[in-house]
Amino acid sequence: MSNSNTTAPLLEIKNVSKYFGSVIALQDVSAFVRAGEVTCLLGDNGAGKSTLIKVLSGVHKASEGEYLFDGVQQDFDSPREALELGIATVYQDLAMIPLMSIWRNFFLGSEPTTGWGPFKHLDSKFAKETTKNEMAKMGIDIRDPDQTVGTLSGGERQAVAIARAVYFGAKALILDEPTAALGVKQAGVVLKYILQAKSKGIGVIFITHNPQHAYPVGDHFVILRRGQVYGDFSKEDIPLEQLVQMMAGGADLEVLKHELKEAAQEGGADADAYAETADEIEAELIEMGKKPEEQGES
Amino acid sequence: MVSEAKSPPNAEQPESDERVRKVSRLNRLLARPEFGAGLGAVLVWVFFAIIANDNNFASWTTFAAIMNRAAPLGILAVVVALLMIGGEFDLSIGSILGFAGMTIMVLTFPSDSGGFGWGIWPAILAALILALAIGAFNGVLVVATKLPSFIITLATLFIFRGLTIALTRMFTNRTQLGSLDEASGFGLADTLFASEIQFMGATFRVSILWWFAMAAVATWILLRSRQGNWIFGTGGDANAARNVGVPVSRVRIALFMGTAFGAFLVAVIQAVQFNGSDTLRGFGLEFQAIIAVVVGGTLLTGGFGSVIGASFGALIFAMVKQGIIITGVDGDWFQVFVGGVLVIAVIFNNYVRQKAAQR
Repeated sequence: MSNSNTTAPLLEIKNVSKYFGSVIALQDVSAFVRAGEVTCLLGDNGAGKSTLIKVLSGVHKASEGEYLFDGVQQDFDSPREALELGIATVYQDLAMIPLMSIWRNFFLGSEPTTGWGPFKHLDSKFAKETTKNEMAKMGIDIRDPDQTVGTLSGGERQAVAIARAVYFGAKALILDEPTAALGVKQAGVVLKYILQAKSKGIGVIFITHNPQHAYPVGDHFVILRRGQVYGDFSKEDIPLEQLVQMMAGGADLEVLKHELKEAAQEGGADADAYAETADEIEAELIEMGKKPEEQGES
Repeated sequence: MVSEAKSPPNAEQPESDERVRKVSRLNRLLARPEFGAGLGAVLVWVFFAIIANDNNFASWTTFAAIMNRAAPLGILAVVVALLMIGGEFDLSIGSILGFAGMTIMVLTFPSDSGGFGWGIWPAILAALILALAIGAFNGVLVVATKLPSFIITLATLFIFRGLTIALTRMFTNRTQLGSLDEASGFGLADTLFASEIQFMGATFRVSILWWFAMAAVATWILLRSRQGNWIFGTGGDANAARNVGVPVSRVRIALFMGTAFGAFLVAVIQAVQFNGSDTLRGFGLEFQAIIAVVVGGTLLTGGFGSVIGASFGALIFAMVKQGIIITGVDGDWFQVFVGGVLVIAVIFNNYVRQKAAQR
């Protein structure tokens, strides 16, 4: 771990372990994020990512180890306590309520009110305007804040959730696989929001199984495997190829390349872009010393 | 990761913006939960106005009769709508209604006949407190056991119906009590809960005003208050709502107390209006209320619906009943009709919601 940046970590876990009965879900895991940086937690299915998110967000208590926020030891009984300190978690599926409008979702649980006594009511005008403005800051022009969230695309939903966390003063933002269910373009859009949150001085913990998504935005990379830290790197210490190899030996890249090629053959507006990216990936794979058609194994 | 299925919609988004906006505006009208029920109410009225033309269905006096009939069910539909939008069921409201009614009757019944000889107002207050306690009991049980409210309130349906019958018999040795008008304070209660209002030559009951007042307050809570947002969130996705700090358990308990309050109000209105009550009062009303709410566009799964729609649902119910009575069709057919209307309403609601969710 190189410490070119010497600021103290915003959020840090030290030697955290989590047991469920006889099952060891996490063993001796340490990671940290500084304000204005992005730490990526990478791991394949079953690596312990979900458990780690729940420990970070206050759903689970660690069986062993320390949880430090702003240098102060924490012991959360509920996610609400973590949220009050400014640790916001955006879950992949649980972020939004599809049948409710965007502005109602945005302010759910923290509704602005106006008036007094028995006439105190929702300040829906303020809520709608704020929602529209905050989304505009993220680069999304929502046509109508009364639209239900169910009408938004997956990427836009993540954007609303991130915008909400930022608006309500999150200092640390934990993102649970925000790009997992998204297409290439939308994943790119979400990565842009992550960088925006970072530039606002928020410490972002980005959980993903996809090194291609992690590398462009991450400052630190913590690789989890079978509940343990397999590697912990600063960006300058590890090139993408090595990160990919550590994750899955290039298997993901192969699959991605194939899918891109298929998409390019289908035609459509982005066919050229797909083909171009597929070629780049192929070049990378060759550079990594693999034959183009060879399926990597970990 | 990259799937072809997802790429086309992204690609066409920018240039089709204007078109999407127009479609969504039309859909938004269709997607209003009360739209279907409002349209349904008009259609049912027109239907009976044509087939019962000879019997004067399309008249002001018949309209008054329909409204009088709809009011008690309407009050229940309003509170049940809030609960169902919050994602829960209450099968026990009929039993709570019966329990509250008999509480008032037994407490006001002369002490030499096994009653307590109270004035009507202390008895009403006692019934209110007991009803709210039962509602809270339902809510706490649902929250604490995490069992479906369908099961919990099915149990309390039997418990409180049974208690109503057993306790009434224990105290008075009867199942039917009358002469509430002999209790002290009846005059004011009669004015408040059972007076009749002559309006343009037809007789309207004051219970209609209670219904409208309840609908207005409930709509305000649902759409204009923080708590309303919590109700939608709790019913839409309780976990997501809890994650952003909505007090889901408190919302649920409050909603069950709300349905109990509705049952109490109808119990008082009916006891005063009929000058008495019996142990089976309110039997089966829980299902009629749920039907009215579902016909009114509220989703059985919660998170979506409207109080106005539920009120239209109660109105449709009353129109069908009045129409069947007025045309002289055998009353036995009423249930067939209600079941049919329910199925059509649910299919229509599902269709509308899917259309709305697509854009």
